[in-house]
Amino acid sequence: MKLTRRILMAAAAGSVLLSGTAAMAQQTELTFWSWRQEDRAFYQDVIKKFQAREPGISVKFETYAPENYQTILSTALAAGRGPDVIQVRAYGNLETIATPGYLLALDKQNVPELANFPEAALAAETLRSDSKVYAVPFAMQAQLVVYNKKIFKDNGVNPPKTWDEMMALAQALKAKNVTPFANGTATAWQNETIVGGLLSSMLGKSFEEEIVSGKANFTDPRFVGALAKLKDISQYFSPNFTGVDYPSSQQLFVAGRAAMFAGGSYEVANFKNQNPTLDLGVFPAPVLKAGDQALIATYYDGGYAVNAKTEKKDAALKFVRFLATPEYGTSFTNALKNLSPIKGIKIEDPITQEVAKLAENAMSYLMLVRFRYQEPSGSVLLQSNVQKMLAGQQTPEQAAAEINKGIATYYKPFQK
Amino acid sequence: MPVSPKQARTLKHRSWVAFLVIPSIVFMSLFVVYPILSAFAYAFYDWQGLARGEFVGLKNFREVLFGATMAPVVWNAFLHNVYALIALMIVQNGGGFFLAWLLYKEPFGFRFHRVAVFVPVVLSTIIVGFLWKLFLNPNFGVINQALYSLGLDALAKPWLGDSSTALGALILANAWHFVGFPTLVYLAGMQRIPPEIIEAARLDGTSEWQLLKNIVWPLVAPSTTILFTLLFIGAFNWFEIPYVMVGLDGSPFGTTDVLGLVFYRTAFGNQSASIQNFGLGSALATLLFLFIVVFASMLTLWLRRREIQF
Repeated sequence: MKLTRRILMAAAAGSVLLSGTAAMAQQTELTFWSWRQEDRAFYQDVIKKFQAREPGISVKFETYAPENYQTILSTALAAGRGPDVIQVRAYGNLETIATPGYLLALDKQNVPELANFPEAALAAETLRSDSKVYAVPFAMQAQLVVYNKKIFKDNGVNPPKTWDEMMALAQALKAKNVTPFANGTATAWQNETIVGGLLSSMLGKSFEEEIVSGKANFTDPRFVGALAKLKDISQYFSPNFTGVDYPSSQQLFVAGRAAMFAGGSYEVANFKNQNPTLDLGVFPAPVLKAGDQALIATYYDGGYAVNAKTEKKDAALKFVRFLATPEYGTSFTNALKNLSPIKGIKIEDPITQEVAKLAENAMSYLMLVRFRYQEPSGSVLLQSNVQKMLAGQQTPEQAAAEINKGIATYYKPFQK
Repeated sequence: MPVSPKQARTLKHRSWVAFLVIPSIVFMSLFVVYPILSAFAYAFYDWQGLARGEFVGLKNFREVLFGATMAPVVWNAFLHNVYALIALMIVQNGGGFFLAWLLYKEPFGFRFHRVAVFVPVVLSTIIVGFLWKLFLNPNFGVINQALYSLGLDALAKPWLGDSSTALGALILANAWHFVGFPTLVYLAGMQRIPPEIIEAARLDGTSEWQLLKNIVWPLVAPSTTILFTLLFIGAFNWFEIPYVMVGLDGSPFGTTDVLGLVFYRTAFGNQSASIQNFGLGSALATLLFLFIVVFASMLTLWLRRREIQF
């Protein structure tokens, strides 16, 4: 009995103390939602740095599984709740959240740090209907070719510049019993990353411009020709590639059993985490003929937004402004090995430096950036039709025609 | 007015019943009836993501059934559900019937097998899906490895990547997972048959096949009714195994797409499409619900009629 009473008294004293300190400091607590559970340590560190600057504001970091994030977030926002600061995606995904007015519009007045970003990065977080920016972008991603330097060296080969060199290289590796590409096509979206990583230079920036202006469409010989080349090189993908899913292809590369992986720059950090002994390099999609401009396909992952209904707008804006500074960009890039789009950051990791340099010559990761706003999305069309083409069930011409037909159902310039 | 002891007892009894029933009624209404009714309502509105727009009448239903973009996807998926239903009827329920007959005859070790056949049913579907995905992996999965070691290289395939085998592979994985359930139900049905009937038939010298076909099968009809009805519902609500094994897109190129996946993609979006359309999703869910209710009831009535009383 005595003991119980003592415990009760201690608890009461404790709660008085706690509530006392809270009242004294006038803390504003922000909630911050993200799908990046794996980056928790990094964000906790960032929050600490932010609090050193703004002792009156604390931030609670909460994560949800990526596949459910959008659903949980939109449900919370629709119910008039949700966090104060929100990690959001970009392009079409941003629109589903920004269009109903759930996000606070950002401009040079409330977030002067927007000046730290290149136009293309802000465009990714801009709503097309009102041309307002709704989030501070956090990362640029690129589709390119990742290669295993050791395998290249052991076999006496160098990163190829032209498509013919690439074919010769793949053949040489296969002759020595090395799988040239780890890639497989069983996971639908991998087909899109493969197209971005391998075909961008053959498509070219002018192709993108003409698609946007409506001068060209997807039945264009540049697109059909590039698809035919892809079909051609798929013989050098992982054995039985039509049945190889994303995790299996990653494992093949991580185990050092394949020389190249056509895919995202985000793979590099992931590969290194799983096998720190890998010595990796990156190169852009090979060009059709020497002298053409070599390109990678870039896009922006997402951004940090402020809930339009938050009662702690000032504090939330302060935090978002902090996430737009070059100091933040530098620590983001170096800790997560993902390239922050903020200008004036200092990059330590050599591969990230390389990606940043390659990004000077880039086209958009076309379907995501331009055609993921309506059904059927360009991405879904590209993925399933390339998958079908690589399985040998349709020709490049048929694939291109199907993709074009789908997009033309809503894209005015193709309807002529 | 004074209450008689009898009235008091009834009152007590009634309040006891109410006490037991009301919580579950409240629970069911809140978590089953209300969501179904609200999905009906959602289907009549236009949606901006998850924000409700204006009332659009039957537009969403028209789009699901006849729209140029949506309808081909829906009908393609529907066809796959029908395939799955027919194939599972044969493999899962038919297989269950024969397994039950084997167990009924109590061969050596039947007690062990009776448990063993039911174990996969208890496993989580997610685990079963991943397990089969590993088995079917074209390069290091046990199925292809076994074929290679038997010298049957020609039969090895990228099972889940080949449009001619992917759906079949999903159906077999599902059958492996659930075959224990029909087995158990049929076994219980067989054990209900009076042994005299089977003994009499045996004395008359019927063959094993005639015994199964003319005596056992008709007499386990009540089990068949319940199993077929449950399978019908399960086949049209099929989601977990396809989701785990081939992903939301029904890869490769829609050849394993089923209505459950279409519904999820439409209502909640997927990473490659960005669009969340709750109106279309709800319309599809409503149509699916009505289809299942109507056909499952008809099926039950029809199957009930051919049951034999004994």
